[in-house]
Amino acid sequence: MNEDFQHPDITQDMLKEINEIISTNKNKSGASITVLRNSQNIVGYLPVELIDYISKGLNISSSELFGIASFYSLFSMIPKGKNTIRICLGTACYVKGIKEVMERISNQYKIKEKETTPDRRFSLETVRCLGACGLAPVMVVNQDIYGAMSSDRVLDVLDRYK
Amino acid sequence: MNKIRTQLMLCGGTGCHSTGSIAVKEAINNELRRHGLNEEIQVIETGCNGFCALGPVMLVHPEGIFYQKLTIDEVPKLVEEHFLKGRPYKKLQYVDPASKETIPIMNDIPFFAHQMFWVMRNKGIIDPEIIDEYIARDGYFGVAKALKEMTPDQIIEEVKTSGIRGRGGAGFPTGLKWQFAKASPGDVKYVLCNADEGDPGAFMDRSVLEADPHAVLEGMIIAAKAINSRQGYIYVRTEYPLAIKRLEIAIRQAREYGLLGKDILGSGFDFDVEIYQGAGAFVCGEETALMRSIEGKRGMPRPRPPFPAHKGLWEKPSVLNNVETLANIAQIIVNGGKWYASVGTETSKGTKVFALSGAVNNIGLVEVPMGTTLRTIIYDIGGGIPKKKKFKAVQLGGPSGGCVPEEFLDTPVDYEAIVKVGAIMGSGGAIVMDESTCMVDMARFFMDFIQDESCGKCTPCREGTRRILEILNRICDGKGEPEDIETLKELSYTIKDSALCGLGQTGPNPVLSTLRYFIDEYNAHIFEKRCPAKRCVALLKFEIDPEICTKCGLCFKSCPSDAIEWKKKEVAKIDKSKCVKCLTCFDKCRFGAIF
Ligand SMILES: Cc1cc2nc3c(=O)[nH]c(=O)nc-3n(C[C@H](O)[C@H](O)[C@H](O)COP(=O)(O)O)c2cc1C
Ligand code: SF4
Ligand code: SF4
Ligand code: SF4
Ligand code: FES
Ligand code: FES
Repeated sequence: MNEDFQHPDITQDMLKEINEIISTNKNKSGASITVLRNSQNIVGYLPVELIDYISKGLNISSSELFGIASFYSLFSMIPKGKNTIRICLGTACYVKGIKEVMERISNQYKIKEKETTPDRRFSLETVRCLGACGLAPVMVVNQDIYGAMSSDRVLDVLDRYK
Repeated sequence: MNKIRTQLMLCGGTGCHSTGSIAVKEAINNELRRHGLNEEIQVIETGCNGFCALGPVMLVHPEGIFYQKLTIDEVPKLVEEHFLKGRPYKKLQYVDPASKETIPIMNDIPFFAHQMFWVMRNKGIIDPEIIDEYIARDGYFGVAKALKEMTPDQIIEEVKTSGIRGRGGAGFPTGLKWQFAKASPGDVKYVLCNADEGDPGAFMDRSVLEADPHAVLEGMIIAAKAINSRQGYIYVRTEYPLAIKRLEIAIRQAREYGLLGKDILGSGFDFDVEIYQGAGAFVCGEETALMRSIEGKRGMPRPRPPFPAHKGLWEKPSVLNNVETLANIAQIIVNGGKWYASVGTETSKGTKVFALSGAVNNIGLVEVPMGTTLRTIIYDIGGGIPKKKKFKAVQLGGPSGGCVPEEFLDTPVDYEAIVKVGAIMGSGGAIVMDESTCMVDMARFFMDFIQDESCGKCTPCREGTRRILEILNRICDGKGEPEDIETLKELSYTIKDSALCGLGQTGPNPVLSTLRYFIDEYNAHIFEKRCPAKRCVALLKFEIDPEICTKCGLCFKSCPSDAIEWKKKEVAKIDKSKCVKCLTCFDKCRFGAIF
């Protein structure tokens, strides 16, 4: 394995962990998604160079691994902001007005789905049903779940995340 | 010595976690300790109780008293009143919205009273992280019986007698599926559990996994014995961390107890289970795509045949069943197929769990015997429509399903009967819509989902859904053309007939079903450039009708951008230059004065 792999967002410790993940999964069939997931958990996203690096480690073609990473919406190849806003676009939340909440956020911070603010304060993501439909409309900021979200409350909530 | 006299079954499902049940648990424990009650009263964290909208909820066992909307501030009072002084604390009890009466006992609350708990028999009763509690409720008796007393053929026969059909959507008879896989030659076979729960607006499977994970494992072990498989996989959505955690604990404990692994219960039968996390692709709920995904590849469907019963995971014979299907199996084995088949309709047996949500008073999980009418679910259990609004439709089956309007509310929960009215049973999402939902917008919502999730492998689905979405977007933007309706129908049927997998084959259903029942709304959008439900922003004027306005000022107070001018005893007015078209005032005005 190429030990002098370097990337501004990946520290030596991160790389060590990633190398371990690669070597434990190397000969397992069907491990590529697991390796990508765990690596993304460590770095926060999947830099293109890292995917290349992992493909060498797993001994599969890098185009195949890119194909996998782009197929699944879990994987992101661009860096995330400090705070991740996840908006539930499931049916229950939609019926109860999540679209207006989403629009307020987009207007205020000038970001669209899957984008990050230039100051990297917020990333905006959408999910399809968090399984908390009883609380619809639902928004999650980092690990905090907010139920009964409304367009007139959402900006106050986001104000707490600097 | 065990001195415990009371158990507090506090909900630890995802819904209640997010409304604060973890902090409430700590607060209750602190209070109990402070009063020296912690030796006799025990707090147990359960899975989803079902009544998520009132979370955090708690059941006092054995009395059966139900508490709702617990907060840490109320906990000291609750403990003092109920557990020290012995008088139930009224403030946190359920009040019937109709009669305004307090209903202390859980099973007397209409929401619960009309239900029948088979799949959810352990919800709110056991701690899902402790296997002994499951065993104490006859857990793993089904495995013991199946492994020690029954042949694979007998198991399959029993499941066939029960009449159970797959709960994942398609409703294929489970016994038959197992029979095919058993008959398929090969030494290596797989049992797979579909916990991908893709329907956006459904959370039955998640709740079952969180509340009773062993029931699913038990079903898998019995299936494995029936088809002679040694290895199983559970494919879970990555968005379900709590379900994954509880499954991991359950698998570990089952191994420790010799219920998974080698020589299960000394029967000589080996079987083990692994969890596989999805990575966010709806199409991976489709059986062939799910198997590709477990193989670590892109989860794209492939044509069938060959069916998974012959060539499934890694080209080996496989059985894939939904979470809820599997959670029924142990009880079928223990109580017999005949017992199971005694409930339901001619072609649909047992119970079905629905995730009831949207414009309905009682939001939560609902389990009813097959044959129950949709009206019972929405009105008797769901408590009807809030804010005095009018019911418009209930959407069943999510993006593969359709909506059922008022005139068909007496349709029973039955695979065939629901298809007849243009929807599908689906996996159990039931979203109630009132007059403020625009059905064209709903069709667009589902098509946006389908288009987004289409894997792109076949042209009709990839291109056709894009064109349908374009047309629906146009209609909602006030640029609809008369011929759009015909084009929508044509495109829908073409996709249904020629798409490769179920996603494309069923994806146009929401469009077709809204066209069937709500053509008036389409016409209003296209010909009058008007959205009757007042949801499509491009078709609204953002003006207030002075004739209708009652001068109440509610809109003024809710506007986030000070766009509304209003003084006491005066008609409100919108300053369009300041209005950001957020629709908040439309929602707030109770008189429909804003248009
Ligand atoms: C696009 C698509 C998505 C699906 N998603 C799910 C799902 O999330 N959960 C599920 O149990 N079945 C899903 N299914 C159905 C499965 O393919 C399969 O029929 C089912 O899991 C079989 O289990 P059952 O017979 O117990 O219902 C989906 C089907 C399609 C075509
Ligand atoms: S119907 Fe759609 S999801 Fe299914 S294989 Fe074709 S493109 Fe993919
Ligand atoms: S809420 Fe409706 S009725 Fe009340 S002031 Fe505003 S427009 Fe008039
Ligand atoms: S739509 Fe929103 S911004 Fe415009 S007047 Fe109504 S509440 Fe104010
Ligand atoms: S639809 Fe948003 S949580 Fe289920
Ligand atoms: S999560 Fe507590 S009732 Fe559903």
